[in-house]
Amino acid sequence: MNNISSIPKHTSEISAATHVFRLYIAGEAPNSILALHNLKALCLELYRDDYRIDVVDVLLSPEKAWAEGVIVTPMVLRVSPEPVVKIIGNLNNTDQVLGALGLVIKDHD
Amino acid sequence: MSNTQQIELNKIQTGIRGLDDITNGGLPKGRGTLLAGGPGCGKTVIALQILVHGAKHGEPGIFVTFEEDSSRIITNATTFGWNLSELESQKLFFLDAKPRPDIVCAGQFDLSSLLASLKVKADQMMAKRIVFDSIDVLLSLLDDPLAERRELFRLNDWLISSGLTGIITCKNNDSCQSRLDYQDFMQYMVDCMIFLRHDVDNRLAHRTMRIIKYRGSSFNSREAALLLGDTGAEVIAFTLSLPQLSASTERISSGIDRLDSMLGSGYYRGSAVVLSGAPGTAKTTLCGCFLLAACERGERSLFIGFDEPAQEIVRNLRSVGIDLGPYVDSGLLHIQSLRSSVSGTEEHMGMVRKLIETYQPRCLVIDPLSAIVNSHSNDEALRRMPEQLLALTKSTGITMICTSLLASNNDALNEDTNIHISTVADTWIHISYAMLAGERNRSLTIVKSRGTEHSNQVRELILNSSGVSLADVYQAGGEVLMGTARWQKETAEKATEDLLLASVVHKRRAIELAQAEVNARVEVLQVELAVKEAELKLLLATEDTRVKLSNLSRDELWSKRSGDDLKPSSENWHIDKEC
Repeated sequence: MNNISSIPKHTSEISAATHVFRLYIAGEAPNSILALHNLKALCLELYRDDYRIDVVDVLLSPEKAWAEGVIVTPMVLRVSPEPVVKIIGNLNNTDQVLGALGLVIKDHD
Repeated sequence: MSNTQQIELNKIQTGIRGLDDITNGGLPKGRGTLLAGGPGCGKTVIALQILVHGAKHGEPGIFVTFEEDSSRIITNATTFGWNLSELESQKLFFLDAKPRPDIVCAGQFDLSSLLASLKVKADQMMAKRIVFDSIDVLLSLLDDPLAERRELFRLNDWLISSGLTGIITCKNNDSCQSRLDYQDFMQYMVDCMIFLRHDVDNRLAHRTMRIIKYRGSSFNSREAALLLGDTGAEVIAFTLSLPQLSASTERISSGIDRLDSMLGSGYYRGSAVVLSGAPGTAKTTLCGCFLLAACERGERSLFIGFDEPAQEIVRNLRSVGIDLGPYVDSGLLHIQSLRSSVSGTEEHMGMVRKLIETYQPRCLVIDPLSAIVNSHSNDEALRRMPEQLLALTKSTGITMICTSLLASNNDALNEDTNIHISTVADTWIHISYAMLAGERNRSLTIVKSRGTEHSNQVRELILNSSGVSLADVYQAGGEVLMGTARWQKETAEKATEDLLLASVVHKRRAIELAQAEVNARVEVLQVELAVKEAELKLLLATEDTRVKLSNLSRDELWSKRSGDDLKPSSENWHIDKEC
């Protein structure tokens, strides 16, 4: 739990990004780390620099996470643009992620 | 011995009556218990009740709900009288973990964060118990048998490492064809598994509970009835041992003097009495006599009737001179009327137990016992129910009278009665009808009465507005006479008796007269005798005088003659005279 510092809190320099994601993780759980990598890779490919990922470690304040509806990790919230999209899992299934984000799958090729 | 104590120490009390009995002390402490069952079985209620019981007794708990909103669970709990809001802040914590419908699952996830967070919360509030309500909802999101098993393992490991006692509920629908893989797996994993069922039998719904496994502990594997009552869940477990109690030698009145003397001097305190008989044989009236006598002694009493309102029972008993009204008003007697058809045997037993606990009577009447065991009951319940009832009354020292309806009039000595009560009843009184000379009369016999020297005589039971009494029955020409036939016989016998008495009086008088006559005659004779005696006396006196006079005159004559000096000797004189 203390080694959380190894994971950057903000992976983008642009503070006023168009695409903002909040990733809830559980310390250094394998699925959480995998989810962060998958999300980063996807954002880089889809949005170049125009994105921001806020990483929240639910172990630091469990009740706050519960209040936000986070029960299992990893979980990704697309805060903007609207509508809010919630995805759970390590994001290995890219097709489902794209589908959830409302992006056509064939664009990915 | 120390081994069993060790096991006792490792259990937590559930606070659900009966469940602690069948598990021999509660659920495994620091382990997982699986509560499986179909919809409407009471999984959530049981889990919550165990948690609430802990929270009230120094073991705070966490309720993780994957299915229902916590607010709804709290609202539902108030119907059982559990005030969760006062526990909620420190001792009880609800976590809404219901998956949102808008969530998309993309790849694997795990419970590690949830469990780690729960551990933080548990440490914070020093929780000892935790409930995961409907784990299957969460597992279905994983959609992968391997992942499901992995997460269950994680959950079980977490429970053991955290030291929390976990209750995991899970749907288990037998009717569902596709039996889910993780359910089998979960059964092997947990230390204790309880299976709940909700059946409809003869249009009557009933819930049952069965412990399938309990590692490291003995348990009662019999299927037990589960009741969801006003105060929560309750398990009606058929305990297998009778309570060990000292038998009372105190006798209490049956309310009918003559019946008391037939029984040797009443019922034993704490005994069970069965009154059997066809409909209308005044079984309820005899119960009324018993209750009236109990109330007059100032003993708290309880009358559990079926399908007849309390007021009607009081009114009907008043018609035969048994007025229970004042005692009902003063609260000494409580009359409770139950519906016989709406619930099964176990439910009825639960109600009876609750009533006994509430009113704590010394004398109890159940009228009729047959209503407890209704047509919905299975053989097992039928066989067990009287035992359970007896265990209940004997352990509390209650004297119980129950009536038993026998379909046929001549069933009395048939051991295979509807309910197997005869073997457990201490005193069995049978009332039957005797049809004779166009009349129906009630006859009462004591079939058995343990430990008392009881009468073997048949008595006629007579009811009228002044009360209940027992009369001798007459035998004439090999038949038992009752009713007006008995009255006729009684009258005839009295006439004969009167006649006999009259003739004796007459004879005595005649003899007395003869006696008097004899006495009178004796008196006459005595008088006659006295007269004769007097006559004799007179005669002798006269004679004496005559002799004296004659002697004197002779001497005088002699001297006048002046002849011979020699006087004739008086002896010679006398001899002459006599000659």
